[in-house]
Amino acid sequence: MFWDWNYVWEITPTLLRASVVTIQATLLGFLLAAVLGLVLAILRMSKTGWISVTAAGFVEFIRSTPVLIQIFFIFFVFPEFGIVLPAMAAGVIALGLHYGSYCSEVYRAGLENVPKGQWEASTALNLSPYITFRDIIIPQAIPPVVPALGNYLVALFKETPLLSAIAVLELMQTAKILGSQSFRYVEPITLVGGFFLVMSLVAAAFIRQLEAYLNRTLRNPGGAR
Amino acid sequence: MTTPMVKFDNVTKSYGALTVLDSLDLEIAPNEKVAIIGPSGSGKTTVLRMLMTLERINDGVIYVDGEPLTHMQKNGSLVPADERYLRRVRGNIGMVFQHFNLFPHMSAMKNCMEAPIHVLGLSKKEATERAAELLDMVGLGDKKDQYPSQLSGGQQQRVAIARALAMRPKVMLFDEVTSALDPELVGEVLNVIRRLGTEHNLTMLMVTHQMGFAKEFADRVCFFYGGKIAEQGKPDKIFSNPEEERTRQFLSAVLEAG
Amino acid sequence: MQLRPLAVCAIVFFTAGLAVSSFAGFREFIPGLLQGAAITIQITIGGSLLAVVMALIAAMAKMYGPLPLRWLAVAYIEVFRGTSALVQLFWLFFVLPHFGVNLDPMAVAITALGLNVGAYGAEVVRGAVNAVARGQWEASVALNMPRALALRRIILPQAFVAMIPPWGNLFIELLKATALVSLITISDLTFKAQQMNQTTFRTVEIFTIVLVVYLALSVLITVGMRTLETFAARGIARGR
Ligand SMILES: Nc1ncnc2c1ncn2[C@@H]1O[C@H](COP(=O)(O)OP(=O)(O)O)[C@@H](O)[C@H]1O
Ligand SMILES: [Mg+2]
Repeated sequence: MFWDWNYVWEITPTLLRASVVTIQATLLGFLLAAVLGLVLAILRMSKTGWISVTAAGFVEFIRSTPVLIQIFFIFFVFPEFGIVLPAMAAGVIALGLHYGSYCSEVYRAGLENVPKGQWEASTALNLSPYITFRDIIIPQAIPPVVPALGNYLVALFKETPLLSAIAVLELMQTAKILGSQSFRYVEPITLVGGFFLVMSLVAAAFIRQLEAYLNRTLRNPGGAR
Repeated sequence: MTTPMVKFDNVTKSYGALTVLDSLDLEIAPNEKVAIIGPSGSGKTTVLRMLMTLERINDGVIYVDGEPLTHMQKNGSLVPADERYLRRVRGNIGMVFQHFNLFPHMSAMKNCMEAPIHVLGLSKKEATERAAELLDMVGLGDKKDQYPSQLSGGQQQRVAIARALAMRPKVMLFDEVTSALDPELVGEVLNVIRRLGTEHNLTMLMVTHQMGFAKEFADRVCFFYGGKIAEQGKPDKIFSNPEEERTRQFLSAVLEAG
Repeated sequence: MQLRPLAVCAIVFFTAGLAVSSFAGFREFIPGLLQGAAITIQITIGGSLLAVVMALIAAMAKMYGPLPLRWLAVAYIEVFRGTSALVQLFWLFFVLPHFGVNLDPMAVAITALGLNVGAYGAEVVRGAVNAVARGQWEASVALNMPRALALRRIILPQAFVAMIPPWGNLFIELLKATALVSLITISDLTFKAQQMNQTTFRTVEIFTIVLVVYLALSVLITVGMRTLETFAARGIARGR
């Protein structure tokens, strides 16, 4: 027998409870990624050479190395310097760092797409750099890139099973434990896969809707003429 | 003699090897209206952008109302201004751009309130009153809550004028403000500028291709050619009896094009 | 990838890492890490080859195949993009044996990563083919070329150049994903790092070096793909 429905019903509640951890890790990780990405993008636009080079190098470095190693680095190496983090925190920070680097590229594209005239008008009105960013540039730069950020939210979500490598009790780890207890891996791992597939497809559909909506409203703020 | 409102003292601007403005000297009296004309690429926009501190200059000093704009006093000598100093002196100057550069995510009203609130420190109520008054003045009292994308080009440019005026500048800069407009919308913008000239104490510099308007409105016309003022004088003189061959050629080319 | 700032930061990071480490006893774990790196490289190359093949097949099937084949391609692309590489890896590793399919871990690794990246690659191929000017298709039709021939001789060679940079990114994604195979008992670089960490406790040194090795491999891929791009662009220009 390849597939045992009774077993499926038996493990579903456990997996659902674990999915809460998965979703927590996703949301916390993405919150960090969204903030860090914006900071990195702004640092990268700095006129001070070493700041922008450092930010660019950091982004490329993080993007060029596996997130799993980054998780291990934070979980195993940081304690050597006295920073001991629980597994969940280490995992969330690593995911946030990794996807923050990706998000910074998205923000950068958004920031660069704000016309130069908007900066010049802000200077002509003598707005401070902070107000210029907060009121003029960011509100124009971010909405167009929300769908791209959404795609990274989904990507981060799909990477949360990596936290099983440091024994965070998220979906994958729970599925593996269930599998090792019953010697049946087919159901738990397939269910986890199905969960990710459904969530990703739903999220992708949602992002497409959002994109269409933004395309309509951004071209015409305040509604139709 | 009163201190000039704007003074270019031997100002040079270059982009790499290209010298765009060559040792420019220019004095503009308070309340004077100066029209800047000249062929494309002669440096007209650059003059305004330097005055707005959008461009750094390579040599010389610009003064506004007797105070250095591009430089500041430090230990008794003039050194290039830092960002903090610029933030203090820039408030004397307002600029209206060829492509309006309105903030697209803010209504006409909000466009005019943003800087008064955050730069001048006006309360929301004061800023609202000031913005409403200015939008009335430019004839857009009924469009206050519209967004730029809901306004015609001429209306957008009038909002941009109101937005600059809300900062109460002493000097207003206009860079080809009607060039991006459909011909039938040019008049409404020029009318607003005309009213500004008569009803407000403003020093104005305008780059324009509207020769008729320059002739009627300006106190003085400067003809730029190759990064220098090739000829300047009263509009009557420049338009009817220019001394320079280059001025004559330029004017006949412009007039021929209509 | 911007190589210069990357180089600056990598050097700073590496020296900082080594500054807090001691050089004595590198002999204990360096050979092990090198063995691991060799496995990582093998999987990267194998997975990349499979990914390219799968991407071409899936893209062609999705764009020009008969209906059932088109559905199959869509299903493949959506399933492998909709679940993560680790889930796929575990599924092949833990579940396939229940169906009587016993692959050795290396084969599982290359299959899972190749299929995963191939699904993303299919969209890259599709995008590049669609970006080739319509006029090229119309000219091929006007010359009465069969579609397969036009695709092979006219469209794909032009799409090829446009595909190189995104494929470079995908190969780097694949390299990064190889770290996952350590979780199905393959002794790749990541696996060796953990193993050496548990035996020698030289945590800082080991993970610093491992990060730098992955970085170096990423840079190698970037440089290789840039070179390929230069040559390919030149070839196309000459061909015209
Ligand atoms: N950012 C820049 N970089 C290089 N050259 C520039 C730049 N801005 C303007 N220039 C050059 O400076 C010259 C004067 O430009 P501008 O002041 O815009 O002329 P005008 O407004 O009279 O048409 C032109 O030759 C132009 O190409
Ligand atoms: Mg100009």
